[in-house]
Amino acid sequence: MGSLQSSLSGVILHFPFYVLGLLIVFGVLFGRLICGWACPFGLVQELLYKLPTPKIKLSPTIQRFTILKYIITVLFLVVLPLAYYYIDGIGIPAFCKFICPAGTLEAALPLAAVKPNIRNALGMLFGWKLAVLMTVIITSTCIYRPFCRFLCPLGAIYSLFNRLSVYGIKVDLVKCIGCDKCLHHCPMQCHKVGDRECINCGACAEVCPTKAISLGKK
Amino acid sequence: MNKQRICVLLVGLAFLSYGIYTKEYTRVMRKAITICLECIGIG
Repeated sequence: MGSLQSSLSGVILHFPFYVLGLLIVFGVLFGRLICGWACPFGLVQELLYKLPTPKIKLSPTIQRFTILKYIITVLFLVVLPLAYYYIDGIGIPAFCKFICPAGTLEAALPLAAVKPNIRNALGMLFGWKLAVLMTVIITSTCIYRPFCRFLCPLGAIYSLFNRLSVYGIKVDLVKCIGCDKCLHHCPMQCHKVGDRECINCGACAEVCPTKAISLGKK
Repeated sequence: MNKQRICVLLVGLAFLSYGIYTKEYTRVMRKAITICLECIGIG
């Protein structure tokens, strides 16, 4: 995401062929399997969700707000960098700068801990990003993967490839008896196995009574 | 589905190949090894 934004940041605009090419190839191969099995920030959220706190299943009304990640993708990865470029002459990686909690957790905090010159340079922007991180951390203890569902632009992009992907969750319609046990146990509260919200975690496969669901090559 | 998959994959591979041909990956790698001030909240 940083590389994508940096193409629209700086003083010269570049069409990000290489980065988009990588995103498309990985998306077609794996879709949101990457979210479920490779993302380190996804891991952080899953570990936080394991804490013995009350769990909240989102209502259908709140679930509609998962569209927010697509709005954030367009606004913070494309519109704002371009807007800054045309107004100031230099674009900014807006998602990295204003939202990304993974950057705060995996870069800002460790660097601030070991480098006094970075610690001294931190100001209000860091305070805002820390607040975003703390909000994601706290909500992760009671809502499953809130960042992935509502904010993550990478998840938003990969979700567009979920149905096309070579590897992921698949349903054998011959074996399926339509009991919907898969959907009742889905931690992402998908409306259909393998839809855009599905991170291919395999929780549905574990509960399917007829073993109609499997994870692998589609 | 397979045709759609192949078409999209070809587009992705074309973009990737062009990016490698224009050495765009060097810009990406240069950015990757530089501390991103925006990411750490200084920006």
